[in-house]
Amino acid sequence: MQLTGAQALIKSLEMERTEVVFGMPGGAILPAYDPILDSSIRHVLVRHEQGAGHMAEGYAQVTGRPGVCMVTSGPGATNLVTALCDAYMDSVPMVAITGQVARPVIGTDAFQEGDTVGITRSVTKHNELVMRPEDIPLAVRQAFLLASTGRPGPVLLDLPKDVLQSTTEWHWPDDTELAASLPGYKPTTKGHPRMVREAVRLMTGASRPVVYAGGGILKARASEALRELAELLDAPVVTTLMARGAFPDSHRACLGMPGMHGNYAAIMALQEADLIIALGARFDDRVTGRVASFAPGAQVVHVDIDPAELGKIRRADVPIVGDCRLVIEEMVRVLRASGEDQADRRAWWATIDDWRQRFPLYYEPQLPGDLLKPQAVIEAIRDAAPEATTLVAGVGQHQMWASQYWRFEQPGTWVNSGGLGTMGFAVPAAIGAKVGRPDRTVWAIDGDGCFQMTAQELVTASAERIPVKVAILNNAYLGMVRQWQEMFYEERYSEVYLSPDLPDYVKWAEAMGCAAFRVESPDDVGPVVDKANAIDDRPVVIDFRTDSREKVFPMVPAGASNSDVIVHPALRPGGEKVVQ
Amino acid sequence: MSGAAPATGPWVSGSGRARHQTISVIVENRAGVLARVSALFARRGFNIISLAVAPTDDESFSRVTIVVDLEETSVEQLTKQLFKLVNVVKITEMVPGEAIERELALVSVRCAPPGGPGPSRGEVGELVRIFGGSVVDVGHEALTVMLAGQPSTLDDFEELLRPYGIIDIQRTGRVALPKLERPTARRGAGHN
Repeated sequence: MQLTGAQALIKSLEMERTEVVFGMPGGAILPAYDPILDSSIRHVLVRHEQGAGHMAEGYAQVTGRPGVCMVTSGPGATNLVTALCDAYMDSVPMVAITGQVARPVIGTDAFQEGDTVGITRSVTKHNELVMRPEDIPLAVRQAFLLASTGRPGPVLLDLPKDVLQSTTEWHWPDDTELAASLPGYKPTTKGHPRMVREAVRLMTGASRPVVYAGGGILKARASEALRELAELLDAPVVTTLMARGAFPDSHRACLGMPGMHGNYAAIMALQEADLIIALGARFDDRVTGRVASFAPGAQVVHVDIDPAELGKIRRADVPIVGDCRLVIEEMVRVLRASGEDQADRRAWWATIDDWRQRFPLYYEPQLPGDLLKPQAVIEAIRDAAPEATTLVAGVGQHQMWASQYWRFEQPGTWVNSGGLGTMGFAVPAAIGAKVGRPDRTVWAIDGDGCFQMTAQELVTASAERIPVKVAILNNAYLGMVRQWQEMFYEERYSEVYLSPDLPDYVKWAEAMGCAAFRVESPDDVGPVVDKANAIDDRPVVIDFRTDSREKVFPMVPAGASNSDVIVHPALRPGGEKVVQ
Repeated sequence: MSGAAPATGPWVSGSGRARHQTISVIVENRAGVLARVSALFARRGFNIISLAVAPTDDESFSRVTIVVDLEETSVEQLTKQLFKLVNVVKITEMVPGEAIERELALVSVRCAPPGGPGPSRGEVGELVRIFGGSVVDVGHEALTVMLAGQPSTLDDFEELLRPYGIIDIQRTGRVALPKLERPTARRGAGHN
């Protein structure tokens, strides 16, 4: 069967069971947009290529399958770079297809030419300029394999226009050909048995263990195994920003998020532990604070599918390369078989319960005449949300509050930009998440600063009938920067004021085809959220006018030790909040 | 091999200035792979001292021999990061004393024609002969000489040529292979 390169591309995407492609056509990728008309694949036409990338990420994070996006050469590809980098930092499986100028003019500074493979080399797990039409099917198979196995990540294929136009004999490579084409790619999935036994020995003997669960738990679909391990060990679990939902917040052993804006008990449990069991986590600086003083008394068991993470930041006493689910299941099996008694953990739990009791998440109730408390808005949305609602966040204060005040009970219900911290992530990622799991309600918690970066994708959502709900916590500021300026720059506010009503978010949302509301009074929060939940035929945007003075607590200042965590003023000695 | 290299620990080069480690990397022989390797070094802040690359006996693979500065870098983290590149097939850390390391230098050096002022061709030629190098080009007032050998020998050679006036020097960077294994009972048996 003779196909054009473009037909071979679309057929290859179909062979990989691609349901949807987020993209935008342009000169060099034009040939690929013709066969898409005849394909079963849904195409979502974005308004900016960055949106296509974040939508693919949102889709991937809720389905566990690679998100696919397709854009043209030059500016199309460069607009995708932020999303690629974001996906790379958060290990999100993604396949990006970019058009490239025709082979004869590559290197001549042709119209819309960019060195896409060069530009994206450091923000992709792998990329490839495909120079022959007959290589397209294998390149697509490789891309999906690389994106979704080992440590997942974005893979980019750059396709010159004339490669898409010329014809080739269709051949879909089998598994043997695929394996032979990647002689250097052999991710280790099964943990070393001796290391696993050594890890179990440390776990059994530890009197102050903490499970430090990272995003790898979700990538490996290891939530069930994690729960079994934690219960067997009777050990507390902290879930990083990337792992919210990997372990149910309602579980007694769940201490919530560690790190810069983590729960006090989670921060301190890591800090005071005698054994940290790091599972699919990478000792990010936002978790460790100053590394030299992080968890000084802890031994470390570190499980990761990426060998380079072991020992990168913190030396592991027991490093285990492997897939989190397989390794944890093996740990559980060894633990059960050993029959040895766990060390006495009663004192440890008493300490932890005391931290939880004395330093809960806290914000002061709203006083009459004040603007809304952002935390209260999140709680109201949370309490009215249908089960298994997907929560998406942008980056900043609202993201931290969303992580803190939501209750995550299932994997794949939280989508955010962790490693790269990409403002503007929420709206497009929410759209991708809704496309991936249309059965689930999707709420995006966004900041006013973030919203202005990518809001135009709500046009996409309206046109494609993707009914996401966006709550803008509009405090008229770049809130997190404002918080730092208040705390560390003597309240010298520099370039952080945005205005609450420029733009008029309600009018803007309506212009983009959304239902839109403004909420200023606490009494209106619940009813408007109910209204939003009832709307299912178009996107909804709510402009919540929130108090810019609210800060995210607890907080570990950048570069400080986690032991120096700052709690809410009311919880400090002499603070007015009395904890029974 | 002089056997002067320490038995364990990172290599100390002939110049003795920095701690070096030689890494031999087998990569797929395809467009852009060298760029991936060097980009990774740049991005992770690893410092390359020298780099040599050529296809292996199997044309679909190349061997890249990299000498890295270990002052700032953990060789373990470096090899792990390198191995994340999809086109990297195999990495061997060359342990000093257990690897054969060689380098080639071409040096153009000043010397006077017969009867002219200053050091003569003969003097330079003698030095080349002592080191086992060869003269590969002859000009009126210069010679180009070649020497292949251990990097530390090349360092010495370069030092001794310097007073004559080096016009140009090109060293290849080092290439290396692990020493061949030879079953032997010498150790412990005390035959010699």
